[in-house]
Amino acid sequence: MARATTKTEKKSDAVLDLKGVWKIYTMGDVEVPALSGLDLVVKRGEFLSIMGPSGSGKSTAMNMIGCLDVPTRGKIYLEGHDISSMSESDLAQIRGRKIGFIFQQFNLINTLTALENVTLPMIFQNMPRQERITKAKKLLELVDLGDRMHHKPTELSGGQQQRVAIARALCNDPEVILADEPTGNLDSKTGGTVMDFLRKLHEKEGKTIIMVTHDEHVAKNADRIEFLRDGKIIKTIKK
Amino acid sequence: MIKDYFLIAVKSLTKRKTRTYLTMIGIFIGIAAVIALIGLGEGLRVAITSQFGFLGTDVLGVQAAGVAAAGPPGSGAINPLTSDLAEKIEKISGVEAAFNRYLSAVTLEFNDKQKIEFAISIPSGTNRKTLEKMVNLKTSQGRLLTDADRKKVLVGDNYAQDSSFGTTFGRPLKAGDRIILNGVDFEVVGIIEKKGSFIFDDAVWMDEDEMIEYGISDEERVSTIAVKVSDVNEIGKVQLAIEKFLRKERGVEEGEEDFSVETPQSALESLNSTLYAVQLFVTIIAVISLLVGGIGIMNTMYTAVLERTKEIGIMKSLGARNSTIFTLFFIESGLLGMIGGIIGVILGLSFAYGAAAAGKTLLGSDLIQASVSWSLIFGSLAFSFILGTAFGVLPAYQASRLNPVDSLRKVK
Repeated sequence: MARATTKTEKKSDAVLDLKGVWKIYTMGDVEVPALSGLDLVVKRGEFLSIMGPSGSGKSTAMNMIGCLDVPTRGKIYLEGHDISSMSESDLAQIRGRKIGFIFQQFNLINTLTALENVTLPMIFQNMPRQERITKAKKLLELVDLGDRMHHKPTELSGGQQQRVAIARALCNDPEVILADEPTGNLDSKTGGTVMDFLRKLHEKEGKTIIMVTHDEHVAKNADRIEFLRDGKIIKTIKK
Repeated sequence: MIKDYFLIAVKSLTKRKTRTYLTMIGIFIGIAAVIALIGLGEGLRVAITSQFGFLGTDVLGVQAAGVAAAGPPGSGAINPLTSDLAEKIEKISGVEAAFNRYLSAVTLEFNDKQKIEFAISIPSGTNRKTLEKMVNLKTSQGRLLTDADRKKVLVGDNYAQDSSFGTTFGRPLKAGDRIILNGVDFEVVGIIEKKGSFIFDDAVWMDEDEMIEYGISDEERVSTIAVKVSDVNEIGKVQLAIEKFLRKERGVEEGEEDFSVETPQSALESLNSTLYAVQLFVTIIAVISLLVGGIGIMNTMYTAVLERTKEIGIMKSLGARNSTIFTLFFIESGLLGMIGGIIGVILGLSFAYGAAAAGKTLLGSDLIQASVSWSLIFGSLAFSFILGTAFGVLPAYQASRLNPVDSLRKVK
């Protein structure tokens, strides 16, 4: 964890800065807050876990961090830019370039091959075809799937699918990798392999990783664990 | 990028083959109907237009109206044209020549085989030359008829071919062959040059007097009186004069004529307008079918949006903008339309040319022809693509507006 220990408290080092973020859902006449003034700073190169029981606001927090949704109140800064009031199309562009998602359900497109799945985010960024393919192949080799490039997701095991998803998350060189229960659908052995890849990305490539999980064992891979309850951080554990 | 979007759309469509084909059925039935029926209609128009060589161009045709039975022109008229009218019409000013023309069915026997054919009259004397010039009558084998000929005829080019006619009679006819018309022996002295019209190619041309003498035609049932005008520019005036004369002669009031005086042009126009009406009708039916097909596409695309909500969410999380999602679904529905169109064009072409070929083999007639223009083909393809996209706009818009968070939460 050499890199993690060198981090400073300099403001410009913050990749992500959530300031008093509220998200309130309206169910009929009742207003239900999912986030109640969440404050969170994520620094460049940090590996962070967010833990909490279901209903704690984990998923909502993840949506905010991943620019999938905008807060009802409060501000979110991504690399110093306020994204809390952006339009969906602008958010899409930011997601495509800055955030790499890894989901519990893998979320690969079943009609496309592993290679095509990895190239997809690059298509959305208008990257030239040849460059796309070269990069996707390199990333698939990185996750040890060089021999499975032309397989469809249904022809791959869960662990392999999640590794395709990791390759896909890396393809646009994102600032932040956002993993939502990345091992939730995997047995402990394959889950361990996937975690090894994530840790490798953090340690060797210096990627910023934010991982949402309810598995304490998995969460312990991170430098810092934030505990969430009722839409707020209630506890922080640093390594 | 559009190319990549096309590939993604194609993959989505091929994943759901059954539904894709079912959706396209509506489109390709419509397109096939348009191609086949408009194509055959065009062919029919071309075929019929070519038949008008019977009269020539600077000529007026007089026919009795009020047909009581099906058959050659004038044969079934209640009050047929009599043989003396031509001489009288010739006296009208502006008329250079007027003569009777007969067209009758006749039994042709050759090589011990019998078939019903058409016999067409050739007048004698100076009118013979007038007619030959008028319709540009030439032979490809043998010679034309002369006033001195007795029991001699000309036959159309199809009789001399080893095609359907050759098969019918066992072998092709040639100049010098003897044929039996309604039981009377005749000699073929010439084969008429091919003109692509059954009036020439599929008929027996014979002397008018002999046609009457041997009972092939009834002298007092003239099919058409051909009137050659001395000045083409005066043709309208001459037409009115003939109409006035015939009203008096046949004792009918204006507006109740039991005859018609037409230029080949006007006859052609009235025929064309009828054909256009038929084609328009067919087109309207086809358009209705295409609209139903379009709604089918819309339905399929709405289903696809629902079914692929999760996929849309994934794509959005990977950086797809609303416009990207819209384009993807838009292309997919456009492809549904266009592939449907391509299948429709192929089916339509096969049907049209198949019908034409069947018509030729079974009926031995060139009348059923297919004529499908490139503009019709490309027009149909463009239309089916536009139709697909037009009906895809709303589903594609709906897809593009989906909220990424909610879409991602979908289980499937």
